[in-house]
Amino acid sequence: MESVEHEDTKANAPSVIDRYYTRWYRADMKGKPCEDHCILQHSNRICVITLAETHPILQNGRTIKSINYQISNGCSRLENKVSGKSKRGGQFLTDFAPLCRITCTDETEYTIYSCIRGRLLEVNENILETPNLLLEKPSTEGYIAVILPKFEESKSITENLLNRDEFENIVSKRSSAQSQPS
Amino acid sequence: MDENTVMLPLKEKDKPIIQKLLSAGCCARCVLRFCCVSVQAAYRKQPEETLKELQIFINDTENDKCQDSVALDSRDDYKSKDAAESETSEDPPNKRAKLETSITDVQSEEEAAAVVKSKDGDSRVCVVCLGILQGLCGTTQAIKIAEAVKAGNYEFDTLVLSVSLPAQLCVREHSCWLYVKKEVREKGLVLDKDDVIQVKEAFKWIMQGMVTKELGGIAVVTKVSPFEVSVEFTHPETDADCHFLAATCPDCFKPTKNKQSVFTRMAVVKALEKIPDAKFLKHYPCPPTQPTSSCSPQVQCLHVSVFVAGRYNKFCRSLPQTPWVIDGERRMESSVEELIAAPILSAFRADGFNFSSSGREDVDVRTLGNGRPFAMELLNPHKSRFSKEQMKQLQETINQSSDKIKVRDLQIVTREAMSRMKEGEEEKTKSYTALVWTQKPIQREDISFIDDIKDLTLDQKTPLRVLHRRALAVRQRAIHSMSTRFLDSHHFYLRLKTQAGTYIKEFVHGDFGRTIPNLCQLLKTDTDILELDVESVDVDWPPPVPE
Repeated sequence: MESVEHEDTKANAPSVIDRYYTRWYRADMKGKPCEDHCILQHSNRICVITLAETHPILQNGRTIKSINYQISNGCSRLENKVSGKSKRGGQFLTDFAPLCRITCTDETEYTIYSCIRGRLLEVNENILETPNLLLEKPSTEGYIAVILPKFEESKSITENLLNRDEFENIVSKRSSAQSQPS
Repeated sequence: MDENTVMLPLKEKDKPIIQKLLSAGCCARCVLRFCCVSVQAAYRKQPEETLKELQIFINDTENDKCQDSVALDSRDDYKSKDAAESETSEDPPNKRAKLETSITDVQSEEEAAAVVKSKDGDSRVCVVCLGILQGLCGTTQAIKIAEAVKAGNYEFDTLVLSVSLPAQLCVREHSCWLYVKKEVREKGLVLDKDDVIQVKEAFKWIMQGMVTKELGGIAVVTKVSPFEVSVEFTHPETDADCHFLAATCPDCFKPTKNKQSVFTRMAVVKALEKIPDAKFLKHYPCPPTQPTSSCSPQVQCLHVSVFVAGRYNKFCRSLPQTPWVIDGERRMESSVEELIAAPILSAFRADGFNFSSSGREDVDVRTLGNGRPFAMELLNPHKSRFSKEQMKQLQETINQSSDKIKVRDLQIVTREAMSRMKEGEEEKTKSYTALVWTQKPIQREDISFIDDIKDLTLDQKTPLRVLHRRALAVRQRAIHSMSTRFLDSHHFYLRLKTQAGTYIKEFVHGDFGRTIPNLCQLLKTDTDILELDVESVDVDWPPPVPE
């Protein structure tokens, strides 16, 4: 193999996310200030729902008390089961379907939403055991869920989402308009 | 050899059958079939001759019949199962069934009338075989078949002739059988439907020899040959004949998913076995109606598939295994299978191929070492005999054609070989070399512990990059051993020997933590894979071909 140019400091090689995923955003989900979600869309149309860096959970040194996938009396995202290549049985979600509820040690509560229409494939059970993953690696190991949009809708789901530039625009407007939200 | 002098092995009890069928519009050969004549030569007579003989037979008085039925030639191929009967006809009249004698006399007038009618019947299309045993069954047709075979320019020693008949033939045959059954039963006799000679059989008896002759003597094998010449007869005019069966026996006709007709031969035969005679007669004319046209024949040649196997190397990091086409647009130039298949398809003059390999690598992964086993099914090869030298030559041609791939051990294998190759997929091991990037700076000592790790079991959830086309599952896979080669503070080469089916890339970067354990966890830093090579696929098939 060819030898590779390197830098001693933090490397600049594009990450797995940079190479294969497109970042989309939903800001102020359900009107709640700064509850921003980041949707990583793979080139094969599968989407990974994650917290955006600006989400309140990731600010001010918060720690997580509990993560609950039971979103209603009759529905737990943990019971989601898909089978076969066509992923039958997965719960079908709409934009505002809740994925989980996160309670922090300072008693603040947050609901994380689907953000897109599609079939729920899996939720991240690793963060139940190790909530710190969500704080340390929100974009990778701390992901929330994996959703498969319908084939016909794979392009249209991004119509309601912000791309990276649009999102960063909104974020910069926030900090200039008002003081940092807690 | 004058086939026209073959005596028809007919019996007295056949007379009413012959009469009825001729007047119903059956051709001479179909009449022979219903008389259960199994002497092949009888069908090869000119149809006009056969008709004449039938007419003479049914018109004969008892005395004349004695004289005419004296065998003029005693030939070896007179293989009638009624051979014993032929001698009976020479016997004095009192040996024949007494019942038949009296009735024969009474019917002589009607017979005369029937003869007149059936003389015109020569030019009419047979109500049962729809012309298949008439004009579509002679030298002209044999020449047509031979032409089609020659045009295909196949390499072959033998051929098997197969015939496909329209389903309504069964219905018409059934109708004629019922027509005759009434008659036969009244005389206290039985005509078993299974004893009636099949149209297919008669056709082959007539045509096989003729086709052989037109092809200049290549043997026509009846049972087994890699080369099949199929003649398909269709008759749209009477396709509707079968339709009433759907109403009377609905459970025989399952709705098909594709556009093909639900009235398959099998389904029709099944329905005819079930339907009671009375019901059949209510819905279908007995005898069948007179068609206005003959069937249309279509000749197709098909050579059995040939299988070619070998091992391939891939030296390019931008070549997919199979053609990469999205929305009708090709996304990447060429593919491993196309580069290998092109020269082979052309050498074997095949219509198409099915490519299969023992596992696959990604577009950006090279395959080094001995290469990956593959096998190809070549569809309808017009040339199928290749010597070892010729195969070596073909291998060389492939290797010269592109620097992106290379093949070795190219050889012809059996169909069973395909499954042997797939056997290797789950059980065998594979070796890889990966170029790894680390986020935190490393030193040689930081990675040396990896060399000591043996038989590490991974729990791999289906990687997100293939999850759109694979079922979601957790797979346990083993990494048997690893070795490292330090490159610089952010890079090293990782060599791995793993169980087949292990996702290497996901082991290195962790796939959102869905492969556990992973290299990030082992090294306690973010890691990513920059390059991957397959070093060996440890399957010892196909057998190596010595240089």
